[in-house]
Amino acid sequence: MSAAESYVTADGRTIGATVMEMRNITLRFGGVVAIKDISFDIREGEIRAIIGPNGAGKSSMLNVINGFYHPQEGEIWFKGEKRAPMRPHEIAHQGIARTFQNIALFKGMSTLDNIMTGRFTHMKSNLLMQAFWKGPAEREEVENREIAEKIIDFLEIQHIRKTPVGRLPYGLQKRVELGRALAAEPRLLLLDEPMAGMNVEEKEDMSRFILDVNDEFGTTIALIEHDMGVVMDISDRVVVMDYGRKIGDGTPDEVRNNQDVIDAYLGVPHD
Amino acid sequence: MFYREAGDFKTSYAADQQTFPIAFDRYRYWAVLAIAIGVVPFFINDYWANAVLLPFLIYAIAAIGLNILTGYCGQVSLGTGGFMAVGAYASYKLMTAFPDLNFVLVVLLSGGVTAAVGMIFGLPSLRIKGFYLAVATLAAQFFLVWLFNKVPWFYNYSASGQINAPERTIFGHAVTGAAASPTAKYLFCLFFVILLAVVARNLTRGRIGRSWMSIRDMDIAAEIIGVNPLRTKLSAFAISSFFVGVAGALFFSVYLGAVEVTEAFGIQKSFLVLFMIIIGGLGSIFGSFAGAAFMVLLPVLLKNVMVGSLGWPTDIAAHFEFIIVGALIMFFLIVEPHGLAQLWRILKEKLRLWPFPH
Repeated sequence: MSAAESYVTADGRTIGATVMEMRNITLRFGGVVAIKDISFDIREGEIRAIIGPNGAGKSSMLNVINGFYHPQEGEIWFKGEKRAPMRPHEIAHQGIARTFQNIALFKGMSTLDNIMTGRFTHMKSNLLMQAFWKGPAEREEVENREIAEKIIDFLEIQHIRKTPVGRLPYGLQKRVELGRALAAEPRLLLLDEPMAGMNVEEKEDMSRFILDVNDEFGTTIALIEHDMGVVMDISDRVVVMDYGRKIGDGTPDEVRNNQDVIDAYLGVPHD
Repeated sequence: MFYREAGDFKTSYAADQQTFPIAFDRYRYWAVLAIAIGVVPFFINDYWANAVLLPFLIYAIAAIGLNILTGYCGQVSLGTGGFMAVGAYASYKLMTAFPDLNFVLVVLLSGGVTAAVGMIFGLPSLRIKGFYLAVATLAAQFFLVWLFNKVPWFYNYSASGQINAPERTIFGHAVTGAAASPTAKYLFCLFFVILLAVVARNLTRGRIGRSWMSIRDMDIAAEIIGVNPLRTKLSAFAISSFFVGVAGALFFSVYLGAVEVTEAFGIQKSFLVLFMIIIGGLGSIFGSFAGAAFMVLLPVLLKNVMVGSLGWPTDIAAHFEFIIVGALIMFFLIVEPHGLAQLWRILKEKLRLWPFPH
């Protein structure tokens, strides 16, 4: 399929132009090459999966997009501009949010506070106004609370609004973390194994939320996931990595029939 | 029975986000304020002011300050004594250099000076965490005390090396110096306590407070949300130091009147305030008050019991005090790391149902 044209998927969503493009990214840690000369793009409104065996460099790839790692070679283009090397918090202000493989919630804070913290990039009131809780500071708190409440409704977590997240079960924590990332209203949402360690029912819930986020908010999503059934079901296009290299890229069906991908997952006969 | 949130409905987010969402808490807060402002000043005398109330109020400010840094932002500091000294010397220099300056302004400016110094000593926090940061702030403690001893300019070249607070008046009443009445001193400190406690509460429940707590709980996740670690940590150091500086200025000018830096603002002071927030509760404004009250009242109580009632020699009583405080700190760290504030919270949860078991 051509990269520039927008098209409509079978289920009626519009996939737009390229929003993020990785060009020939190479990332090394000393002598270890974690990512080797990888290029791929993420298009507006699509669900893009990154899969691969353990140690393939998938999480490193997200960390590169996120600004935790700076690749030695290659270019990152975001919203049509080449991105200069910047810190993770600056990248957050550009509209990229993410969740983590191991839950990284703020354990001492309530669900509501966690989601409100996700609104950080949208809040601007200065110190003095906050100190006296007056004028813009109070208005801003209430306005952002309304948005946070919408996300709480969306994720069906109203009943745990005031509960410290440390006390919540694993599945709900994952959901709160998704809520915190959504609260930023990101252009691009990165999900690092959103379904790791979940049972079938929880996975179905989470898949539904991911599809709804994409459908209702039109959020572009890039996700890493090991459950092939889920990946093949929900994603529009899939990148397959192995040992830091890209071995496949395309629709789920194309990837499924790619010989390199089959070899990487099932092994090659030695005879 | 007394403590009910059932039926206490909120119809707007503003109402739900207020400081005391539960009506009973709100009434109790206003009742405490009314007693502190309307009743206590009429019964106060020199003993109560100097032994209990003034140190309690001043340490409460320092404890809130340290709690912002350690309890809310997760940066351990052992430099509280040094920063209190900065506040004290700043107020002294301001009072002697600008005799006409309003004393309230002097205290606030001293806080400002301390905030600037605190930010400088907060810079290492960007690179180091935990114990290592504690040691770095320990360096601040020793350096600042050494500085105020070594450079005569800070104590205006006085022969004794002490600093003495000149008399300053607010609305015609002396609040510093020998002529100040206990009532005036008490109300002056109370004004700052109420003001700063409200400010601390507003800051910690809003955007900046959430950014501090996010750095405390998970700094990597905080960064990807857009929280700038540099600005957040430095703002915590600055605001914490502002509070501690105000406490230091009041401690010197209103409470003690004359100060020798090593004695008044030594390392023991840093530990004392740290113990207050550990016993009172990390990450809680109420805990700061509870811890300050506990650490101020306990020695007074022990002294009255052991020396007054049992007739023990004072040196044995003093040693017992150390043992008891030490044991209590160990007890709290093991049994209830969230301190008195958490015990209070548990009590409230029980009160919600009492006297019915379910």
